[in-house]
Amino acid sequence: MASGVKPRVKVPKTAAAGDTITIKTLISHKMESGQRKDDDGNIIPRSIINRFTADFNGQNVIDVTLEPAISTNPYFEFEAIVPESGEFTFTWYDDDGDVYDTAKKITVS
Amino acid sequence: MASLGAVPAFASLTDDAIAELTGGADIGEGSVTLTAPEIAENGNTVPIGVEAPGAVEITLYADGNPVPNVATFKFGPLSASRSASTRIRLAQTQNVVAIAKMEDGSFQMAKAEVKVTIGGCGG
Repeated sequence: MASGVKPRVKVPKTAAAGDTITIKTLISHKMESGQRKDDDGNIIPRSIINRFTADFNGQNVIDVTLEPAISTNPYFEFEAIVPESGEFTFTWYDDDGDVYDTAKKITVS
Repeated sequence: MASLGAVPAFASLTDDAIAELTGGADIGEGSVTLTAPEIAENGNTVPIGVEAPGAVEITLYADGNPVPNVATFKFGPLSASRSASTRIRLAQTQNVVAIAKMEDGSFQMAKAEVKVTIGGCGG
């Protein structure tokens, strides 16, 4: 599943110090639940993203544990406090050991 | 134990999972807001939102899924409102349950029934 996984993140470019902002994240991933069967009746093995984290300048915003009941292309929306200018880092952890990450800068005026 | 070895029903699987989380503590109601559609035509992607001011952690369960656990949100120091939204799979019409662990160590819950037209487990 290392190919074709594309994280997408929406973060405002600017904010005032101490502001609350809304962050939306989406990552393309099939999230194979381990419950489905193929045409021959064999169970298709589980292959999901099992953890997602969002941090800002090294401090945690949210840490999510995902189970197979999370839909294909996992989507999360949440709110963060922005104390200063800096960078949000987003990380997704795949069952197969792959780690996907992306970062977004925000300027506090 | 007369029921030793018996296969638990789905509902008690969820109860077991919740008991494991809370350690059997009492669970209050009123502090958690669970936003879920009354009817989901497609069980493959059901939008769910939770909010619990003062929560350190919120866990979602779906009591009619093969595995009741759905997700756990742990809120860090820079989390604003203790809220999150995502999209989940529901195999059939069932209850979605949110359990919040509060800053003082107590637990709060909210429950919502979602009617599912087409199940989301490929069955």
